[in-house]
Amino acid sequence: MEWGKILAIVAGIMMLFFLWPAYKHHQQNGKQAEKGDWNAAIFAIGGVVLFVLLLIMSVR
Amino acid sequence: MNQFNSVVATRPNADVANKVLKNTYILLSATLAFSAVMALVSMSLAVPPIAYMISVIASMVLGIFVLPRTANSSTGIGVIFLVTGLLGFGLGSILSMYLALPKGPQIIATAMGGTGIIFLGLSAYAMTTKRDFSFMGGFLFAGMMVLVIAMLANIFLEMPALAMAVSGGIILVMSGFILFDTSRIINGGETNYIMATYGLYLSIFNIFISLLQLLGMMSNDD
Repeated sequence: MEWGKILAIVAGIMMLFFLWPAYKHHQQNGKQAEKGDWNAAIFAIGGVVLFVLLLIMSVR
Repeated sequence: MNQFNSVVATRPNADVANKVLKNTYILLSATLAFSAVMALVSMSLAVPPIAYMISVIASMVLGIFVLPRTANSSTGIGVIFLVTGLLGFGLGSILSMYLALPKGPQIIATAMGGTGIIFLGLSAYAMTTKRDFSFMGGFLFAGMMVLVIAMLANIFLEMPALAMAVSGGIILVMSGFILFDTSRIINGGETNYIMATYGLYLSIFNIFISLLQLLGMMSNDD
């Protein structure tokens, strides 16, 4: 296996070790969503999806 | 009445939040400019692509183990410049690869402009809407773990469709992190501007890298 792939695996595993405690902390102590919160987030992320599709079309 | 009380109670924190936000954007601008300079240095030195993975691992070690311990002192400023400088240096080798592609300069310019618009748009949205996006934490960290596992699997599977899906997923999760981080600064959840800068910088960096990858792959589908 080439060095680039070995380093990518090392980076990925390190990232998982970093993400797991952060995930557990936010699951246990994080704020709960209120009514309309998810809609507001989906609206913003949906805007990003449309914008990225526009960018893809511009380079084709 | 409860609503009134909460407004009165949060009023003193508004000044602190504004100060953290202002300092965060000043430091973010400086670190992004420093990264760009380091990327140019790396490109002029024609650093090999493996430098990217080495710089990512080194900056991750600094970001996880050193930055949180130094973020409350002036040393933290030096550490964040070291982290972002390393990432910029690694990025230079990736940019050199893209510049060699037929549509390389156009892809880089589009990814850069697109990242800027996504960041500014989401930041403005998080600041102007009355919503608190800090509820997204668990969902975003879980999403990121799924994407890292998919990325690790694709090192062995080598499926272009999965690589594209991971890049798209990273853009969406990092967009969520911009809402989450900005919301936390505004609502007093993050009071350290060095850590706030680090979070926003990583989101911008990952969106840029993923956009580059996505646009690079999609432009080759002629």
